[in-house]
Amino acid sequence: MTELLRISDLHVAFPTDDGLVRAVDGVSLSVSQGETVAIVGESGSGKTVTSLSVMGLHKKGSAQMSGSISIAHDGGFLDVISAGEEEIRSMRGRSVAMIFQDPMSALHPYYKIGDQLAEAYLVHNPGKKKEAISRAIEMLDLVGISEPAQRAKEFPHQFSGGMRQRVMIAMALMNSPKMLIADEPTTALDVTVQAQILTLLASLQKEFNMGILLITHDLGVVAQVSEKVNVMYAGRIVEQGGVDDIFYNPMHPYNLGLLKSVPRISATGSERLKAIPGQPPSLISLPAGCAFAPRCEYIKFTDGNACATLMPELAGTSASHTSRCHIDESKRQASFAQAMKEVR
Amino acid sequence: MYRFIGRRFFFAVLTILAVSAVVFAIFSVLPFDPAALTCGQRCTPQIIEGNRIKLGFDKPIYEQYWLFLSGIFVGRTYGSGQAAFSCPAPAFGYSFNENACVTEMIKESLPVTLNLAIGALVLWLFIGISLGVLAAKFKNRWPDTTGSVFVLLGTSLPTFVTGLALLIWISIKWKIVPMSLDGYVSVLDSPGRWFMYFILPWITLAIAYAALYTRFTRAAVLDTLGEDYIRTARAKGVKERTVLFKHTLRAVLAPIITLAGLDFAGLIGGAIITETIFNLPGLARLTLRSVYEFDLPVVLATTILAAVVVIVMNLIVDMLYAVLDPRVRM
Repeated sequence: MTELLRISDLHVAFPTDDGLVRAVDGVSLSVSQGETVAIVGESGSGKTVTSLSVMGLHKKGSAQMSGSISIAHDGGFLDVISAGEEEIRSMRGRSVAMIFQDPMSALHPYYKIGDQLAEAYLVHNPGKKKEAISRAIEMLDLVGISEPAQRAKEFPHQFSGGMRQRVMIAMALMNSPKMLIADEPTTALDVTVQAQILTLLASLQKEFNMGILLITHDLGVVAQVSEKVNVMYAGRIVEQGGVDDIFYNPMHPYNLGLLKSVPRISATGSERLKAIPGQPPSLISLPAGCAFAPRCEYIKFTDGNACATLMPELAGTSASHTSRCHIDESKRQASFAQAMKEVR
Repeated sequence: MYRFIGRRFFFAVLTILAVSAVVFAIFSVLPFDPAALTCGQRCTPQIIEGNRIKLGFDKPIYEQYWLFLSGIFVGRTYGSGQAAFSCPAPAFGYSFNENACVTEMIKESLPVTLNLAIGALVLWLFIGISLGVLAAKFKNRWPDTTGSVFVLLGTSLPTFVTGLALLIWISIKWKIVPMSLDGYVSVLDSPGRWFMYFILPWITLAIAYAALYTRFTRAAVLDTLGEDYIRTARAKGVKERTVLFKHTLRAVLAPIITLAGLDFAGLIGGAIITETIFNLPGLARLTLRSVYEFDLPVVLATTILAAVVVIVMNLIVDMLYAVLDPRVRM
């Protein structure tokens, strides 16, 4: 499988009046052709910042970035962090396309759908207006919009939310990119439409053999479509593994907490949701050690001191499933197995 | 679309009717005797009563209003027999002070005001939008800070200061633009003189408005640059210049045009200071003079005209908005 995206030790920080916000702190991951890699985490965990970094979409001068992001582009690799504005622009939409969370606001309200799609093609193929328009109609048809030639002449407000997200996907496909970044593609949609969009994404992925980087906070979505999962907390990946590892054999207490907090259909009415106690830390003053330590109920299995002072490295019994946690492996397995019984 | 325009047009006509009725009613309850005001120094009750009948002030108020309205469409004849005189349609009344039909007086002053307002509008839109876009593009850098100095000066300096300063330095001291003593010339007759005649008043008005528009455009552009659809455009690989001048400016244009239409309407009959400083015989000057002289028919007509311009501009702006913003179209 060809690697399409490799992020190594990415740090992204935003200087603010209150101090430096460390939004992403040492993230490494990779996406290959045909696979779906998910980044899951709560708001402010750094997942969207990571995805915007890949596209080089942070406001000029606002973000301090280090590490490397290399993208398969024009037969070679492009490092987004060191590349120039023009190189990044030629990559955007052509090698990597992106769809966003809120399809209601992601389309320009004043331009016709067809023109907005055509523009995506025209910026990379100047002058080929006819081709762009026929391709726009073709793509609208592909994402399941009926009478695409007619609808191409309509404006975004004439489309429903789900249809707009389909339009966004069609727009992303205009240049047949090898890779797609989907930033919370279903969050703003209702559940039935969510399922349709996910099915559509999966079928398009098969058809074009695309790599997908899926950003979401929805574990259900993760379980449904992704092969590899990165769980983020406070700007760091705290657990990385295959989808089965993440869901059936959690290694990090935060991941376990997430799984426990998912409401069960089998639960009796009186049972309360098991939320993780406490709040995520401020990204301006992150604790020196594990950022999750103050909320961790398994801290008793360590000497506690390490959690407070030392940032654990990503490690695990196998290279394909790792986590950042100081808990002793044997103690963890016993107690997590107990907890997972409740989850199932 | 046509239904939308038709409906708006219908309501515009209704509003104009209502406005004219209200203005007419206000003028009829003023504690002046309009007939007495038509009379000069050597006044006798006979002359007053004669004028009262001649001008129709003896009739009940609703009949006067009807005569006023119908005069607009069919013209109006005052008095009867040998002494009768008439104003052709559209007649807005007769000014005894000037011995002229009000329509004639408006016909003379309206072109001056229109030239003033349109020129100023073009100038301030150009300056305001350019500076606003520049300031937004280079936020917190020197074009922005320079722009904000201009905004501060433009908004805080009243037109009688900028106007007089321009007049004193440009016209009198440096003699770059000659003082126009021989009156208004049409652009068709002599473009050069027309330009010289209007350039300083244009600049005076434009400075004040351009400052507001710079601030407005800057804020609107910055707002729009933060929109999701701008991020989408960038993610497509659209050039930054296109993002700014196509995607962003397109979204900013609709509210600017709304604002411009209404500000323009305000200038018709509202540029009193500028018209006075530069001695422009425009509508505002006409109104001002009529107020001083209690020339009520003229005040009535210009007041209604100003209201009509505001209503018509509103209509035009609404229609333009429908063209610019697809979400408004029905």
